[in-house]
Amino acid sequence: MAFNKKDAAKNDLNTVPWLTKARPYLIMAPSLLITIGILVPFAMAIYYSFTSYTFKLPTFKFVGLKNWLNMFKDPAFWHAIWVTIRYAFFATIVEMGLGLGIALLLGNTENKFTKFLRVVLTFPLMVAPAIATIIWQLMTNNSVGILEKFLNIFGVYNFPWAASHATAMFTAVLIDTWVYCPFVIILILAGIQSLPKSPFESAKIDGGSAWFNFRNLTLPMIKPCIYIALLFRLMASLQEFSIIFALTKGGPGDTLMNLSVTAYNTGFAFQKFAASLPIILVLWVIVNLTAKQIVKKWQYSQKVASGRDAAEGGKS
Amino acid sequence: MRRKRMINNAVKNGLLALYAIFALFPLFWMVLISFKSDAQMFNTTFIFDPTLENYEAVLLRTDYFKYFFDSVIVSVIAVLVSVLAGVPAAYALARYNFKKKEDLAFTILSFRFAPEILVVLPLFMIYQKIGLYDTYFGLIWVYQLITMPLLIWVIRGYFEDISVEIEHAAMVDGYTWWQVFLKRLLPLIKPGLVSASLLAFIFAWNNFTFPLMLSGTKVETITVASLKYIASDTVHYGQMAVAATVSALPAVIFALCIQKHLVRGLSFGAVKG
Repeated sequence: MAFNKKDAAKNDLNTVPWLTKARPYLIMAPSLLITIGILVPFAMAIYYSFTSYTFKLPTFKFVGLKNWLNMFKDPAFWHAIWVTIRYAFFATIVEMGLGLGIALLLGNTENKFTKFLRVVLTFPLMVAPAIATIIWQLMTNNSVGILEKFLNIFGVYNFPWAASHATAMFTAVLIDTWVYCPFVIILILAGIQSLPKSPFESAKIDGGSAWFNFRNLTLPMIKPCIYIALLFRLMASLQEFSIIFALTKGGPGDTLMNLSVTAYNTGFAFQKFAASLPIILVLWVIVNLTAKQIVKKWQYSQKVASGRDAAEGGKS
Repeated sequence: MRRKRMINNAVKNGLLALYAIFALFPLFWMVLISFKSDAQMFNTTFIFDPTLENYEAVLLRTDYFKYFFDSVIVSVIAVLVSVLAGVPAAYALARYNFKKKEDLAFTILSFRFAPEILVVLPLFMIYQKIGLYDTYFGLIWVYQLITMPLLIWVIRGYFEDISVEIEHAAMVDGYTWWQVFLKRLLPLIKPGLVSASLLAFIFAWNNFTFPLMLSGTKVETITVASLKYIASDTVHYGQMAVAATVSALPAVIFALCIQKHLVRGLSFGAVKG
């Protein structure tokens, strides 16, 4: 050590000054200090999930695993998990399928109509989900809504939309799709438009069918974009709160009570703060595990996409 | 062969048109209804005498403008704070190599994906205790979780696109590090910065969970307040439509300005469209 110090003092130019070394951390510090607030609530959430804290009483005591055990015994919790998974599954599947389809239709053609569509299709995405729900209530309302009049043509009267157990999930997923499908479309579209031309030209010479081109060329190369869209949509739909809350507050009955809404109700409506924390922590674990899996697939698909790309380039 | 292609095109355009109707009709219907008087609401569809009475009722006779400006204040200041703290951080992440760099970057990103309710429940308790509940400052702070990760990740990508040589050249010209940052780099990332800020503004503007739980009657944003127009006993659909139209307007207008950068912003820089 002593040797090093002496050496450093002798030729100053070779050592990095302390300030330069610390500079990146110093530059990062303000942003971290501002956002680090979130780690405090997170740590608190874990701690308070083992207590009997409520907003009403000033005192609380440590109750161990009671909140957790009660939650696992509560059928409403398992119902909420089931609703969360179903909502996320349907919303994501519909949005990814429809988004991929529309993006493929838009991607290959370049004219005034598709240019116009590319711009206006993003409008629903910019509307707040809570406001989008209001808009759809104006559409689905049976006295003033246009959809009732439309369905009347086909002999369907008083379609219940969000008011019935049977159709509430469908209505919520419909609104979710309306808002977020453009997100999937523009992400996949970006992937399609950045595709290299040469593999498709050589495939044309070889006489490959459209399906063959899609499966073996387009799909592997746009997979990274698809995974990014999937990642964002799946994580958000697992946690969806705004649309469900603005639509029915989780009802009718407990039809749309997913984990987010259940935790909100337990914590705010029933004032059982400590009991609401395990519910939301479980959601956090589910979201994190799902995200990790998709990120892994995304990284792999990126490798494949660039690898295939190079192989095709070599062949043609 | 040509006929087959024509049919193909017709089917393609037909499907696209169907989706366009699905995406745009609800917005059209919202604007349409906002001009309908209560009397015409039930017995007319597309043909009616447009009136401004709903706009008068909502904008002049309720606190709508207060909600609107609460939203403006909270969202604009939240974005400004994120820009001031986030742009330097994005630069550090793009240019420097330091220990735990990627860990830090992913920690910041994970803030965006933490369930909002998980943050809100404990924050509600803290805010009540330290007096931040129902204040501008409290909301602006929690909005950083929405705006900061977006700005840092997107701007980092724009910095990475700029060649280091530009910085070196400027240094040779005698600029200090700070001057290089302000005079050489900022002009280059300006389009990216503006579009990322606008997108962050839209996200902040559209947020519902945070203001719903962390503020009451003093600071009320437009997303939360708009729901009131449903909850009233006699539902004025026209007024609901006005509330929705006016609150959706800023976001849609801003979205028009940032079309080119939208993909990059929405995917946090993961997809460079």
